[in-house]
Amino acid sequence: MATAHSRTAARLMLAPATVLLLAWMLIPLCMTLYYSFRRYRLLTPERQGWVGFRNYENFLTNPAFRDAFVNTLILVVGVLIITIVLGILLAILLDQPMFGQGIVRILVIAPFFVMPTVSALVWKNMFLNPVNGLFAYAAKGMGLQPYDFLSQAPLASIVGIVAWQWLPFATLILLTAIQSLDSEQMEAAEMDGAGPLARFRFITLPHLSRAITVVVLIQTIFLLSIFAEILVTTNGGPGTASTNLTYLVYVESLLNYDVGEGSAGGVVAIILANIVAIFLMRAIGKNLDA
Amino acid sequence: MGTITLNQVTKSFGDVQVIPPLDLSIEDGEFVVFVGPSGCGKSTLLRLIAGLEDVTSGEIVIDGRPATEVPPARRGLAMVFQSYALYPHMSVRKNIAFPLRMAKMDKAEQDRRVDHAARILNLTDYLDRRPGQLSGGQRQRVAIGRAIVREPQAFLFDEPLSNLDAALRVGMRMEISELHAQLATTMVYVTHDQVEAMTMADKIVVLRAGHIEQVGTPLDLYHQPRNVFVAGFIGSPTMNLIEGPEAAKHDAHTIGIRPEHVAVTDDGPWQGTVGVAEHLGSDTFVHVHGTGLAETLTVRVPGDIAVRHGDAVRLTPDLACLHRFGDDGLRL
Repeated sequence: MATAHSRTAARLMLAPATVLLLAWMLIPLCMTLYYSFRRYRLLTPERQGWVGFRNYENFLTNPAFRDAFVNTLILVVGVLIITIVLGILLAILLDQPMFGQGIVRILVIAPFFVMPTVSALVWKNMFLNPVNGLFAYAAKGMGLQPYDFLSQAPLASIVGIVAWQWLPFATLILLTAIQSLDSEQMEAAEMDGAGPLARFRFITLPHLSRAITVVVLIQTIFLLSIFAEILVTTNGGPGTASTNLTYLVYVESLLNYDVGEGSAGGVVAIILANIVAIFLMRAIGKNLDA
Repeated sequence: MGTITLNQVTKSFGDVQVIPPLDLSIEDGEFVVFVGPSGCGKSTLLRLIAGLEDVTSGEIVIDGRPATEVPPARRGLAMVFQSYALYPHMSVRKNIAFPLRMAKMDKAEQDRRVDHAARILNLTDYLDRRPGQLSGGQRQRVAIGRAIVREPQAFLFDEPLSNLDAALRVGMRMEISELHAQLATTMVYVTHDQVEAMTMADKIVVLRAGHIEQVGTPLDLYHQPRNVFVAGFIGSPTMNLIEGPEAAKHDAHTIGIRPEHVAVTDDGPWQGTVGVAEHLGSDTFVHVHGTGLAETLTVRVPGDIAVRHGDAVRLTPDLACLHRFGDDGLRL
C-alpha cells in the first residue's frame, strides 16, 4: 500500500485539486487584505492609494459594528440552543419504532434540502407576512391582532428561520449517535434502578456529548456567515436590528460603495470567527478526544 | 430469601414461541447454570427472570412474592451482561456506586459499600479509572462489583466470560465460584460452554429449543443423562453415540460410551484406524475411523501411549459404563 511509489503517485494525483483549492482560497483572501489597506470607493474610483489602518478604524468605530457583532452572537447562540434542544428531543422520538419510520425521517430531513434563499422567502411570504401569512390567518381566526414578525421581532424571526433550516442537520447527527448507544447499557441502568429521566441524564446525554460537540462546531462555522436569509427578509433592518457582520460587510461594500471598508470588515470578521473558534475548541474540544 | 420459581412461563416473539410452557424452581443460595446450544432460549429465559422481557403467559415468583408484573429494578436482582454494559463516561467508582446513587443511599454508606466490593474484587487501585482504561478481566470485575453492592436476592449472569481469552476465563470462573461461596447468594448463570456449566454449577439446567431437557447436578448429568441430547451435550470430548446392529446387541436404539470408557487394547472387539491423535500431554484423544459403528469414535487414552495417524488399533469399551437409549431418545 504505502510504498514510496504509491505515495508519489497519490501526491501527484492530489496536486491539481490541492492547487485549485489553495488558489480558490488564497487569491480572494489576499485581495481582501490588499483592498482593506487601500482607499477604493466605487463612486470615486480614480482617487486610490494606501490608507494604512483608516478602513479598519472606520469599520470598528461605525455604530452599526457593535450592533452587528451582538446580533451575530445572538444569531449563532440562539440557533445552536434551539437546534440542539429540539434536535435531541426529535432524535429520541425518531429512534422509537413506529409506523412509516422511513418516510417520517425523510420528511424531517427535507428542510435541509431547501436552499436558504428559498426557505427564507417561503417563511417571509407564507408564514410571517402580517396580511397574507398563515400565522396572521391563525391569529385572526382566534380573534387576535396579526403580529408583524419581521418588523417587530426581526432578529428572532431570522433565528427561527435559520433554526428551522438547521434542525434536520442536528437531528440527523444526534439520531445516529443515539442509535449507536449500546442497548445493554440502557438495560443495565434500568436494572440498577434508574428511571427514564435518570437514564436520559446519566446514560443518553453523556453518550451524546461528542455528537453535540460536532453539531456545535460545524453549525457555528456556517451560522457566523448567515447572509441570504437576512437579505431576502429584513435587509438587515429595521435600522441595524437584524444586521450581522456578514451583512454589514455587504452593506459597506455594495450599498455604500466603499470596497476598502468592506474588505476591512471582512478581515475583522475572519479574526472574530477565529477567536470564537479558539474559545469553542477550548471549551468543548476535549469531548472530541477519545 | 433468593428463591426463584417459574410456573408455566411462556414467551413468544410474534408468532414464534421461543419458550414453551416451562416450570423451574431455583433454591436459595444455589448456583444454577442454564446451558444449551446457541438459540436455545437460555438468554431469553434469564431476561424473563430479570424483567427485561415480559412473559407471554405464566408466573414468576421471586422470594415468595409474585414478580411477573414487577419492573426490573424492584425485583431485587442484579445482572452482569455479556458486554459488561459499563457506563463509559463514569469512573469505576461511579460505575459501581450507580445503583446505590439511584437508590438515593447516603454518601458514606455508598463509599463503604463500594470500597468493600472493590476490596473483594481487587479493584481498589483502579477506582478512579474509566472503563476504557481497563483490561477485559478488570471490566468484568467492575460489572460484578456493580452487581454486588446492591446486595441483591440473586445474581444473573448472561454469558459473562465469553468475551475473555481462554486463560482469563479459567481464572474468572474460579473467582465467580469463590464469590458464590463467600456471598452464599443465589446465582443464575447462562452459558453455552458445558465446561463452565460442569465446573461451576450446583444445578445444571440443559435447554434445547426452549424446552428443559434435564435438571440435575453436574455428576447426575454426566452419569445419568436423561436422553441422547444431554448425553451428547455434556462431557468433553463428547460421548460416542452408536446406532444400528451394535446398539441392537444391547437391546437399544442408540448406545453411548464416553471416550474415557473406551480403552486401546490388543484384543478389543472393535477395530479401526487412527485419524487424528490430539496429544494434550496428560491425555491423548484419539479419533478412530472405519470401525463401522459410527463415523468417528473418540477415545481418551493416557498421554504416554504412542499412536499416530494411520495406525490400526483395537478398542475395548467398558460395558459397565454403557448408556442405552430407546427409539424416542430417552434413557432405558
